[in-house]
Amino acid sequence: MFPDFTTPADWLPWVFASLMGFSILIYVVLDGFDLGVGILFPLADDAQKDRMIGSIGPFWDANETWLVLAVGLLLVAFPAAHGLILTTLYLPVFVMLIGLILRGVAFEFRAKAQAHQKARWNTAFFLGSLMTALSQGFMLGLYIMGLEVTAATLAFAAVTAVFLAVGYSFIGATWLISKTEEALQKKSVRWARESLWGVILGMGAVSLATPLVSDRIFGKWFTWPELLWLLPLPLLSGALIVALWVMLRRLPLPGDRKSWAPFVTATTLFALAYIGLAYSFYPYVVPEQLTIYDAAAAPESLFIILIGALVVVPMIFGYTALAYLIFRGKATDLRYD
Amino acid sequence: MDTLILSRIQFGANISFHILFPTITIALGWVLFYFRLRFARTGDEVWMDAYRFWVKVFALSFAMGVVSGITMSFQFGTNWPGFMETVGNIAGPLLAYEVLTAFFLEAVFIGIMLFGFSRVPGWLHILATFLVAFGTTMSAFWIIVLNSWMHTPQGFEMIDGVAHATDWWAVIFNPSMPYRFAHMLMASGLTVAFLIAGLSAFRWLLGDRKRDVRRTLKFGAGLAALLIPVQIYLGDLHGLNTLEYQPQKVAAMEGNWETGPNIPLLLFALPDEEARENRFEIGIPNGASIILRHHIDGVVPGLNDFMAEDGTALHPPVATVFWSFRIMVGTGLAMLALSWGAVFLMWRRRHLAPGRGLAPEGLPKLVLWAFVPMAFSGWLATLAGWYTTEIGRQPWLVQGVMTTAEAVADVPAPMVLGTLLTYLAVYAALIIAYIGVLFYLARKAAGGGDIDPAVPSSGEAQVRALTPGE
Repeated sequence: MFPDFTTPADWLPWVFASLMGFSILIYVVLDGFDLGVGILFPLADDAQKDRMIGSIGPFWDANETWLVLAVGLLLVAFPAAHGLILTTLYLPVFVMLIGLILRGVAFEFRAKAQAHQKARWNTAFFLGSLMTALSQGFMLGLYIMGLEVTAATLAFAAVTAVFLAVGYSFIGATWLISKTEEALQKKSVRWARESLWGVILGMGAVSLATPLVSDRIFGKWFTWPELLWLLPLPLLSGALIVALWVMLRRLPLPGDRKSWAPFVTATTLFALAYIGLAYSFYPYVVPEQLTIYDAAAAPESLFIILIGALVVVPMIFGYTALAYLIFRGKATDLRYD
Repeated sequence: MDTLILSRIQFGANISFHILFPTITIALGWVLFYFRLRFARTGDEVWMDAYRFWVKVFALSFAMGVVSGITMSFQFGTNWPGFMETVGNIAGPLLAYEVLTAFFLEAVFIGIMLFGFSRVPGWLHILATFLVAFGTTMSAFWIIVLNSWMHTPQGFEMIDGVAHATDWWAVIFNPSMPYRFAHMLMASGLTVAFLIAGLSAFRWLLGDRKRDVRRTLKFGAGLAALLIPVQIYLGDLHGLNTLEYQPQKVAAMEGNWETGPNIPLLLFALPDEEARENRFEIGIPNGASIILRHHIDGVVPGLNDFMAEDGTALHPPVATVFWSFRIMVGTGLAMLALSWGAVFLMWRRRHLAPGRGLAPEGLPKLVLWAFVPMAFSGWLATLAGWYTTEIGRQPWLVQGVMTTAEAVADVPAPMVLGTLLTYLAVYAALIIAYIGVLFYLARKAAGGGDIDPAVPSSGEAQVRALTPGE
């Protein structure tokens, strides 16, 4: 599980794989909630739509930057894997990019174009968010299937596509619970309750398929004593799902108590699922084909990036925290003055 | 058409669409910082009115730049995997530094810049505006470093067909980087100057006489007049640098086939690569020799020096580079004529203005109307310039290290074609929507509010500015 920390060619790929994995996790949680808000968009009325945009407006751009960092790290640290993965995923990547373009510009256009065009940009925002979520789920499914393209793997990918979109709606709804009030908050609680099944089924499907596809992963999961210290992952996940189930029955509470709890719980749940996946696939970056050590860039190049990352990443955390602090509390309609 | 040419068109389309928006945001960020500082200094609401109008344009342009930039970071992998496999050890750290030092900075602080005015103290809002401008410029710096390295690579060695950095200082400060960076920053400044002047002229033509439109019209025209001679000088330096490191590109720009002295500056020609000569040549005798070597006998490189033994061309496609270069220079000269003419007219008739300084009242309608299409002259010149330098590097992807053909992905051509057509449709729709919204914002600004309000005292202006919900 851990590399030899005395030789740079050994530990640098490991450190970069960790950094990349970490970026993807942050991306999935952060852009997950704002993509989810986009998917829930058509279910709200016009005033609520503005408020929903208000809850993600100051953050979405920085959230999306984690995707750029993740794909950037794949590109710079594992150039061989980067080409292999992205050429295989050519079409879903294309759908995702069109989706990201549509939703990113719709943020601005819906607020600035003529009033009669607002509905059109609202649709673009919803469609863009949905396309992005579906294509990411599709890529996740294909990746779990070892990037093999057959009818069966495509079918599995189609299923994970739907589940990830529902999962994003779920985390988006929990975000809205903490950022909104009154009718919209009540609506958000209902959305979260109604999309929790997607999270359960999605995690279940991935957990079942992953060890079945690969003997190696099967071995990693079901051998003694690894099984023992893997056990907390599913147990804790199950407990969190029960906790979410219970709190979503009760919310909203008087005085807006615990409105933050679903989002924090959902984030933890996503993180646990992600750690399970990362554990399964390590040390492969292209499943069963290319390990992080085979695909890594030259140590001297990785080293120079690492120095920059060590200096800058804490600063990024610092000013990201500042932004969330400034825009804490209930969302308001966005305005420039 | 094969995968290579389709992939080139696709990347060319994406990067052409992308560059339009950073070209605006790099300089507009600094302009907004200037407006914001002037407001903080003087308390004069006119600066905040200008800020509020142009920050909308900035936000829209920024979003367009972000989403089209993400597209490109993925296309390295989907369409050009050979690039990172061969030179990833050089390109990787440069791109990583761009993400780390620029993207996060601008992405986080733009939220505070746009929506934080009434939530954070003034100094933090000014700082956020500064950091966004700084971030866009840093981003330009790193990407220009990488691009310049592809033109004039150094500071590396090839081991088993893969580039390894030996000297990062040499990689970053490669020979063409300072020229390209300065030329690009200036291009951004001019694009924004003409955009501001153009939209302000449009508002003026609609009868808008508010103080902020008067201010921005003068500001845009003045900035353009100031920057264009600097840009022409920098462009000349950049050309001389190219002559030294990429003579085949200069040969194509000049449409010159045989190396020799007394080469004319061609104003018009139809370069014919089959016959290896120009048709319908019109030129100024010795012009190219004088510009490039500062002497009528100066030797200018010719395209025929760049032919392989087997007769394949090792120089770029001539007609495209030749004409892109002329469009860029021609646009630059139009910028010079319009901005200097306008500033002169506003100065000569300065007595028409109620205050001091230049008088937009001095501008004839024809000049005002000329500014409207010229709002996008910066885009045209920037694209033409990039086509000159990028197509001018062909057939190389990294000059002398790898060809473009070596980097392309093994993806079926119909798939590339299908995605290309979709991108083109989306981009066309977005450009139309973007330009439409800019003019809509201008019309809305021209329509609302009263004309020439009494100048508020600085105290009142502060109070007004800090009252939310205005």
